[in-house]
Amino acid sequence: MLKTVVLHNVLMETVIRRRRSDSVKMAAGQQWVLVEMVQAFYEAPAYHLILEGILILWIIRLLFSKTYKLQERSDLTEKEKEELIEEWQPEPLVPLVPKDHPSLNYDVVTGPPSHRIIVNGKECINFASFNFLGLLDSERVKLKALSSLKKYGVGTCGPRGFYGTFDVHLELEERLAKFMRTEEAIIYSYGFATIASAIPAYSKRGDIVFVDEAACFSIQKGLQASRSFVKYFKHNDMEDLERLLKEQEIEDQKNPRKARVIRRFIVVEGLYINAADICPLPELVKLKYKYKVRIFLEESMSFGVLGEYGRGVTEHFGVNIDDIDLISANMENALASIGGFCCGRSFVIDHQRLSGQGYCFSASLPPMLASAAIEALNIMEEDPGIFRVLQDKCKHMHKALQGTPGLKTVGEPLTPALHLLLENSTGSRTNDLKLLRAIVDYSLDRQIALTLARYLDKEERFLPPPSIRVVVTVEQTQEEMEKAAQCIREAAVKILK
Amino acid sequence: EGLFSCWNTSLRGTIAHKQLVCHAACNGELYSRPFIESFEETPMLLAVLTYMSYGILTIFGYLRDFMREWKIEKCHTAREREEQKDFVPLYQDFENFYTRNIYMRIRDSWNRPICSVPGATFDLVECSSNDYNWTFEYTGRVVKDVINLGSYNYLGFAENTGACATAAGEVTVKFGVGVASTRQEMGNLDRHEELEKLAASFLGVESAMVFGMGFATNSMNIPALVGKGCLILSDELNHASLVLGARLSSSTIRVFKHNNMQSLEKLLRDAIVHGQPRTHRPWKKILILMEGIYSMEGSIIRLPEVIALKKKYKAYLYLDEAHSIGALGLNGRGVVEYFGLDPKDVDVMMGTFTKSFSAAGGYVGGRKDLIDYLRTHSHSAIYATTMSLPVVEQILTSMKCIMGKDGTTIGLSRIQRLAENTVYFRRRLQEMGFIIYGNNDSPVVPMMLYMPAKLGAFGREMLKRNIGVVGVGFPATPIIESRARFCISAAHTKEMLDRALDVISEVGDLLHLKYSRHKVLPSLDRPFDETTYEENEE
Repeated sequence: MLKTVVLHNVLMETVIRRRRSDSVKMAAGQQWVLVEMVQAFYEAPAYHLILEGILILWIIRLLFSKTYKLQERSDLTEKEKEELIEEWQPEPLVPLVPKDHPSLNYDVVTGPPSHRIIVNGKECINFASFNFLGLLDSERVKLKALSSLKKYGVGTCGPRGFYGTFDVHLELEERLAKFMRTEEAIIYSYGFATIASAIPAYSKRGDIVFVDEAACFSIQKGLQASRSFVKYFKHNDMEDLERLLKEQEIEDQKNPRKARVIRRFIVVEGLYINAADICPLPELVKLKYKYKVRIFLEESMSFGVLGEYGRGVTEHFGVNIDDIDLISANMENALASIGGFCCGRSFVIDHQRLSGQGYCFSASLPPMLASAAIEALNIMEEDPGIFRVLQDKCKHMHKALQGTPGLKTVGEPLTPALHLLLENSTGSRTNDLKLLRAIVDYSLDRQIALTLARYLDKEERFLPPPSIRVVVTVEQTQEEMEKAAQCIREAAVKILK
Repeated sequence: EGLFSCWNTSLRGTIAHKQLVCHAACNGELYSRPFIESFEETPMLLAVLTYMSYGILTIFGYLRDFMREWKIEKCHTAREREEQKDFVPLYQDFENFYTRNIYMRIRDSWNRPICSVPGATFDLVECSSNDYNWTFEYTGRVVKDVINLGSYNYLGFAENTGACATAAGEVTVKFGVGVASTRQEMGNLDRHEELEKLAASFLGVESAMVFGMGFATNSMNIPALVGKGCLILSDELNHASLVLGARLSSSTIRVFKHNNMQSLEKLLRDAIVHGQPRTHRPWKKILILMEGIYSMEGSIIRLPEVIALKKKYKAYLYLDEAHSIGALGLNGRGVVEYFGLDPKDVDVMMGTFTKSFSAAGGYVGGRKDLIDYLRTHSHSAIYATTMSLPVVEQILTSMKCIMGKDGTTIGLSRIQRLAENTVYFRRRLQEMGFIIYGNNDSPVVPMMLYMPAKLGAFGREMLKRNIGVVGVGFPATPIIESRARFCISAAHTKEMLDRALDVISEVGDLLHLKYSRHKVLPSLDRPFDETTYEENEE
């Protein structure tokens, strides 16, 4: 390589020198004519012509060949490549899970997961399933599902676009829209996939999403899929949110052209599953119009729970539902079926029918599950008193759990799924979990089924502290709730000493 | 760009041809049976005409948009609220140009509601539109007994009577439909564990885990397996759920040409030799994502070669058998059995229960340490509600039936029936002169239509003659490769298929769809093998 460069330089110099002498001649003798030029060509010695010829060829070659071959330097021979391939040792596909991993062996439920539940062979009262309205056990729902099964079979054998749309899907969408008093609703076949598909349907790369730190995992996954900028504000802290919005406003003023195409969203939960409290919706709506940001509201825990008619957090605060751009909820908690839905104005919702990934590319909801959800809606509409009963029971449970020694009750009185936290952490998450698990086991032995709230420690953006979940449903009687609270108190005294 | 993709398609045609020959020569020993797959080249004239038709549609689209802008034509699209007019638009108007001006013209071909079991035949809710597909009205009438060539009901378990429906019905009455908790909390029933054991023995793997949604099985488990510093090699035609899962895992993704082993091997070699970009550190692990049957192309994964490659380069293989489980192999065990391979050679066996089992949800099968890891780390096990119990029962019963554990040979005869139906249907279509994509044994049969207008017309003409088919166009396929897709089922009788074939032929003549330039000799009586398949290039 070096050699060729040197040779090249020498040759180039010769060329330049020759050219220069030629041009001097040209300037001196004004009477150069073509014939004389040809003559000079003839007179030139042969070695000279050959040299010039080679030079011209060389220049042409230089012009058309690649000057630098970066890879050439690092090019490996086939043998070296084979060696590298031979040497490479990948990590195992998955690391080995220790046999005593706390979540490796699940609690086993035999029989229906209803109010009375058999966990690990022990008959208990269920304080763990999100069956808030007790509709999982409703005979009416079961019979409706059965008659649907007799008409449609179980599976849909296709996505919504390809003959996977059943008349009951359309009916359920219409009923949900009517129940929530919105223009349109869209159903998904999996609760988790609902908000996780809805967010990336609108928010794209370059857009900005303001999210509460306590947002649940499916929101986090939706945000990740959207590849937007995500800005977390402190849980339920409107000042912190406004600070972020103001920051963005200043940023927008710097580059108003860019600001005109950046979509902005606030994503909040109505009733936080991880924090068990309610979002300050009226303030959020004010901020929405002040800073022109759209609000997406996740209502899986509050739909069928809050409000006089169970319409959720908008009804709870008396906020006009049209002020919320999109409401999403699953049908797996209060409705006790499977799947989820989004509702809002057609302008917003209809867009998901072509760009909601979990809607377009997944098999649709089995029709019997849609029928079950319709019947559950019927019950909710016929008997709105049920929500009042639930709210009273939630308050009662919240009160009963106050003052449990060593345990802190987290959540608002209206929350049907409370968290019990250790007042004094041992300093290690594993040990905390072991203590809490001991309380759960103690209660299981005394006919109270509780569960730990489970998280993926490494994947959560803001990992909630370890806790026991206590779920209130309308089926629990006063005595049962007292008994549960008493049992937890005993366990806490015994185990946390 | 137009010319380029045109080139691409024609190139693909020739490559497919060459590979056919190549197989017998070099990799033949890997296959226990002939592997015949064809992707006939798009005729040049058709490609040009299709581009022209898109051109005309686009010009008209702009004209219509202009008229809507000036309020000459009524605009049907939903509008933003007055109060939010000064917000940044929720979606750009030009993003919807295709939807508004092309998709809307043929929108009636999709989302047709049905009101019966999606079995061999189904009943459709009749709907009509008075405003060119912007809104639909239900007339209240029902179109009865339409032959169903659209649902993924491969083994015909979409039934509302019989063993599966009875069992699922009993469970519904006893257990209800919901579970209202997650696997790790209070939603792990013994029925779920029973299903997992049965699924593991069906697949021939050590252990298995089931999830409530097929799509989420991919998108919520791939991130548990690979992460930063890992490389995913993904087939270019992989399903959206695999793509989403790969993206959520935050590993590096590289895409190889569809089912192309040279392309895969090159990526594997380069990845190991060069390591991670810029840092040149070696990759932690390499995961190959592929599907068993590709539902848009009807192609089958070249599994023997993929396994040979994965072993040679120490990569891991994630195989999505959404369409192949139940539908391929002598005992319905999917693509691994089809090629006579060992399930242990596939690291992650994934599949869904939506199709062959006519239920819902998905599974992952593999070594015990893999499944143990997923039990503790799968997003789905921790955050998503468990599978509904009637659905579990449907899968249990249908899987037992396929395995012959119910004491009958119903399952086995359905698998045979499906294989026969597939071969018969594909051969007849080829003889008629249609361009059919994919593998001869794939029950998904894509038939090329090319032009967007024919996509709509084909669906409507077929429905007029009481046959329900599915059309697929851009963006699910390359822009000029619109196609109709038939899904063959074990529930189809010979009479139904013959009637469907007659109608397809009739509509094919009407719309001039018999594009194929390969002559296939009609061969009605001889059994199907490679010798009866003769091609003459004209």
